[in-house]
Amino acid sequence: MTTLSHYLMASGLLFSLGLAGVMLRRNILIIFMCLEMMLSAVNLSLVAFSRYGIVNGIQNYDAQVLVFFIITVAAAEVAVGLAIIVALFRSRQTTHSEDLNAMKF
Amino acid sequence: MQLTLFWIFSSLMIAFGLGVVTLRSPISCAMCLVSSFICLAAVFVTLDAFFIAIVQVLVAAGAVMVLFLFIIMLLNLQAEECRRVKLGVMLGGTVVVLSFVVLLSQALESSPQFSKPIPVLMAPSQDVSMIGMTLFHSFNLPFQIVGVLLLVATVGVVLLSRRTLR
Repeated sequence: MTTLSHYLMASGLLFSLGLAGVMLRRNILIIFMCLEMMLSAVNLSLVAFSRYGIVNGIQNYDAQVLVFFIITVAAAEVAVGLAIIVALFRSRQTTHSEDLNAMKF
Repeated sequence: MQLTLFWIFSSLMIAFGLGVVTLRSPISCAMCLVSSFICLAAVFVTLDAFFIAIVQVLVAAGAVMVLFLFIIMLLNLQAEECRRVKLGVMLGGTVVVLSFVVLLSQALESSPQFSKPIPVLMAPSQDVSMIGMTLFHSFNLPFQIVGVLLLVATVGVVLLSRRTLR
């Protein structure tokens, strides 16, 4: 029988993979993909809570609407972020995060 | 049945996620992320969230990842060359991630409320209509705000992708 902890553990593993990618990878595009992965891990835990936190015999749809909003905002964020990366690539010819040190302390 | 599907698709999802973190070529990373998103949509189906699963496939695996692939090909990115890894960063990242996983598993074992079996749904699932009702009744204002946010994001992207930034 699947329990809530199965889903939360899968979501946590996906989130920690995304976190590892953000901290260990050096290509900003891949860092950005790992951010997307972390967002969808959060979505998985929200949907699991909506299915297990049942109200009046139906799922708690507030959580699913929140997931819908998260997907929308993530799409907007990807559009703006990729535009920034393209502008950065035009001026610096690199996507390697260690070469972008103008604001480094 | 649900347990089998959960194990198959969640392990596939984690495996493809591992591919995103470890593979060198950006195209392989993007394809792994697409597969990971599709497996995640299948996990949503095991949770009876059919509408969210479809939205996940259409928006995240479809639109967003097409944008990523488009940018990778536009910038003509090759596989990352091997640079000297910084030991401190590697060590710090691994410690943070492992401690997160250990803490999470301890928290999940600590309380019996996380090991309840899945509750039975009373009514047959009417996903789309229920989400529509919730979205337009309880969350009407956030819905309008998200619309404005998408408009602002579109204008911002157009502004950012002009050739000369002033």
